[in-house]
Parts: sequence; structure tokens; C-alpha cells
Amino acid sequence: MRRIVTVSERVVETPSTVTLRFTDPTPARPGQFVMVWVPGVDELPMSLAYAGDPKGITVKVMGEASGRIQSISPGTLLGVRGPYGNAFDLSPRRLLAVGGGSGTAVLAPAIEALVERGGDAVAALGATTASELLFADRLRDAGAVVHLATDDGSAGAPGFVTGVVEGLLRHQTFDAVWTCGPEVMMRKVVLAGRTAGIPTFCSVERWMKCGLGLCDACALGPYHVCIDGPVFPGETLLAAPGFSEFYRDASGRRRPYARPSAPGPAAHGP
Amino acid sequence: MADLRVDLAGVALRNPFLLASGIWGESGESLKGVWAAGAGGVITKSIGREPRAGYPNPTVESYDRWGFLNAMGLPNPGIEEYPQEIAIARGAGALVVGSVFGHDADEFADLAERLAATGVAALELNLSCPHAEGLGAEVGSDPGAVEEICRAVVRRVRLPVIAKLTPNTHDIAALAVAAERAGAAAVSAINTVRGLSIDATLRRPTLSHGLGGLSGPAIKPVGLACVWQIYEKVRIPIVGVGGIGRAEDALEYVLAGARAVEVGTAVAFEGVGVFGRLARDLSSRLDALGVSRLSDLVGAAHRESGAGATAAAP
Repeated sequence: MRRIVTVSERVVETPSTVTLRFTDPTPARPGQFVMVWVPGVDELPMSLAYAGDPKGITVKVMGEASGRIQSISPGTLLGVRGPYGNAFDLSPRRLLAVGGGSGTAVLAPAIEALVERGGDAVAALGATTASELLFADRLRDAGAVVHLATDDGSAGAPGFVTGVVEGLLRHQTFDAVWTCGPEVMMRKVVLAGRTAGIPTFCSVERWMKCGLGLCDACALGPYHVCIDGPVFPGETLLAAPGFSEFYRDASGRRRPYARPSAPGPAAHGP
Repeated sequence: MADLRVDLAGVALRNPFLLASGIWGESGESLKGVWAAGAGGVITKSIGREPRAGYPNPTVESYDRWGFLNAMGLPNPGIEEYPQEIAIARGAGALVVGSVFGHDADEFADLAERLAATGVAALELNLSCPHAEGLGAEVGSDPGAVEEICRAVVRRVRLPVIAKLTPNTHDIAALAVAAERAGAAAVSAINTVRGLSIDATLRRPTLSHGLGGLSGPAIKPVGLACVWQIYEKVRIPIVGVGGIGRAEDALEYVLAGARAVEVGTAVAFEGVGVFGRLARDLSSRLDALGVSRLSDLVGAAHRESGAGATAAAP
């Protein structure tokens, strides 16, 4: 089940994110995640930023382990298990995708797949500053219309991306909204979707250990992100105790999310 | 419909299927979900004095359908914060058994007393985690230590105390005898079986901790043997654990001497629906056998076997 892969390429995407590519023939669907083992360091859940061949993960520095994963060079051996979890439903004809920070990593391959199937995609990407905007060019190349927002106003609309989303939902029609980013941001997106009468789907990122539905680390209300998610209907999350309020740390203790907007415990993966 | 209700040391269970400690159980919502799915009761994660992160990943190795090797390292939110999770489960009507671990008798007794105050129905002492230094099986493989810990806890709490025993010893029955002598109301057996997984390409153990504990269908014969041996030596009830995912597995444990059983790995294989299915299947199986009460079968295989089956293989 676990296999050893060789890192074939390392790409610096932004000052805080790096993509590692590797060949792994196990089929995966956009939205799923893998457990990536860096021997001697840690094993972390990572969304697939590239779900085809070669696969790729986009790592954001969150702590010691993700920092060491970022510095990995081509030729390094990694353990990979999975893919785990569900995937995005690619059937919407007209999609709005909302990425907060490195959350865009999991949306990108799904947007590409949707456009390939003939769908239209609009992407709203937010970041703290212009240099931290992830995959804007990649999504334009895929055929998506891309809107930007930065906290410091250095690119696109100044402020949170949720402001851009509210405007898009007022003036355009969509079949579905996908989002990935901090839970506090996703909650706002879900509420905006509810107001507009459009179904939302969120890719949730939680602390995770087993990835198999065993350990309870990723418990979110009555759900486990690893087996019931990582993609959830927005309305399901609004009804789940704890969504956007707290996550559980490695000990299972409740830790509140900072407000109004801060990265989650593992904004690089589910 | 056959009667699946069992009396476990004075605790009335609606059916014999308990959620094993360590599976889910970090969050009250998860415990609540297991109860709603039909479990006879839920056992919490093993709780210690302080929040404990456990070992770094990898903490679990999967062997597909035959089990998992894990070395989680006893992660838990700690006794200060955990009661809010128990309150959520109890608020939904769940029968909750609190599990504790400690380094010595005093620590076990303190934690048991604090957990007892949360309204749990019974306490399970983790004397058997196979991969934590100075904890679990390291204290629980010595009958003298088991006796001392059980005695200290029994003196401090009025609830039934269940000693969870390790199979990683030459004589698990001696541990059960020690627990019984100290006043434990029941024993549960077994915890995971010590194991190791190595990645040949990387030439290193796959779990960060190295050694781990094996669970799942692969260990059912080990668990059955332990329950069998314990039943021959003690009068207190036994909770059977290890590789139970089908009604037939539970029936085998009951025939070997178990009064109730714990289910863990099967939750990962099948989801929480496993509890309702096990209860339905076991009831049907008993009906087909013409047995009206599950409890009538406890230890029945001993009565059929004669002396031969109790002797060790040559």
C-alpha cells in the first residue's frame, strides 16, 4: 500500500510554497490527498496539486516538518500512501472556485479537469500579498477567468477574497462554488453561496495522523475529514459543531481558529 | 429475537459490542456517533495527566484487510480538557467507559478518580499499550504491578474497574489473577500484539517509533487463546478484544469466555455502521442456533472441550 517514490522536480511557487513532483502510477482524482512520508521527519497529509502523471504536492511552510519537506531536492525518496478521501464533482457547467492562500493547490487540478470536460471556470484567489498568490498563471493557462485579492492591496482587489466572491455571486450565475482555504474564510464563502442560492463545496484541512478513519485526529463534528471528506457540502459544514471555530491539535485538544482570518494548522493539505 | 443484553460487572449493556479504546474517542461527537450507530457502549481514548501529542507520523501501517500496526503514542487531550468530550457523549445518552493510563499506582488512581467524576459507567485501566516507555504494558506485564495499580484504583473509586491486559507476556492469565485479587471487576483482553514493520527500500522501520502493536483479524486467534486461558483462572467477567469484525468472531470470543467484546479496527474497515450490523447479525445467528440469551453461551466451549483443549500444544 505504501510505495517509495523519487522526487523528480522541485518548483518554488511563492516565497512560502514549493511544489514537489514525483511519478506514482496509483490513480487519483482531483480533490484527493496522499500521506507523504519524509523518512526521519514526519508523514503529513498533502492535497494533490497535480493528480495526473507526474503527481505533485504544493507544500507551505507551517512548521518544522513542512519546512524540511520544502527543502527536499530532486532525487530524494519519499513514502506515499493513498490517495485517500473523496474528490470534487466535476459536473458543474459553470464554476466559481475560491482559493485562500495555499488552498488554491487542491483546487487547481480540479479546475483544469472541469475545463477539460467543457466547463467554464472563474477563479477568485486571495493571498496576503502579490508574491504569495498561487497558481494564478496556471489557472489562466487552463482557461479560467482569474480574479485576485490581496490583504495589502499589492495585487487585485485590496482586502479579503470573500469581498470579490460576494461581487461575483451578485453579478454572475454559477452552478457551484468550490473553496479551499482557512475555515473562517470558507464559512463566509458558504454563507455567500447560500444567499445566492448556489451550492458550495469546501475542501477542509485538519490535523491528520492515520488518514484511515481510525485515530479521530481529524474529527470535525460527527465527521472525519480523512474518510468523509476532504470535500464537504458547505451546508453540511455549517451544521457541524466546531467548523470554523476550532481544530484539534496532535493531542486532540481543541484549538480555536484565529479571527477574522488566519491560516489553519495545515493550509498546505487536508 | 435473541437477547443480546449483558451484565458486565454490574453495568447493563444493551448489547456486547463496545468501542475499543483508542479508536475515535478523542472527540465527544465521535463517541456520540458510535453510540447512535448502535454500540453497547463506548470506551474513551486512554486519558493521562497532561495533553500528549503522541509520536510523530508515521504512526500507522496498514496491512489491508488483516489489520494495522500502530504506534500512536497515547495521544490524548489530558484530564483537564477531556471531560467536555465525555459530556457531549453522555448528553446523547451514551454509556461511556473511561480509559486511563499512568506511570504508577498513584497516577492511575488520581486519574481514575477524576474520570469517575465525569459520570462514566466504568473505568478501564490501560495496562497494555505495547509501545509507550514507562507506561502501558511496561507497567502491565508484571502481575505485582497490575495488582498494586488495580488495588489503588479500586480503593479510590466506587465504579467497576476493568483491567485491560497485554498479550505480550508469557502468562496473561497470571495478570488476570492479579487483577482479580486486587478487586478489579473485570478484565479485558487483549491489547495489540507487539510488531514491527520495515521498509526494505529505505532500510528502516516504517513507524516513527519503530515497534508498534498489531490489531485486526490477524490477531483474533491470539485474543481467543488469551481469553480462553484467563477464563480458566478467574471468576470475574472478561471483555474479549482482538480482530472482531463479524458476529461469528464475537460468538467465538463469548464461547471462549468473554461476556462482552470490544471492536476497533473493524470501525476503520467498515465505518461506524459496523456496530448496528454486528448486533443484528449476532441476534440472527443466535436465533438460528436456537439460543435465546447470549449470556448463556459465555465460556460454553470450555464445557464441550474436556481437558485436552486447555493443554498447550506439544
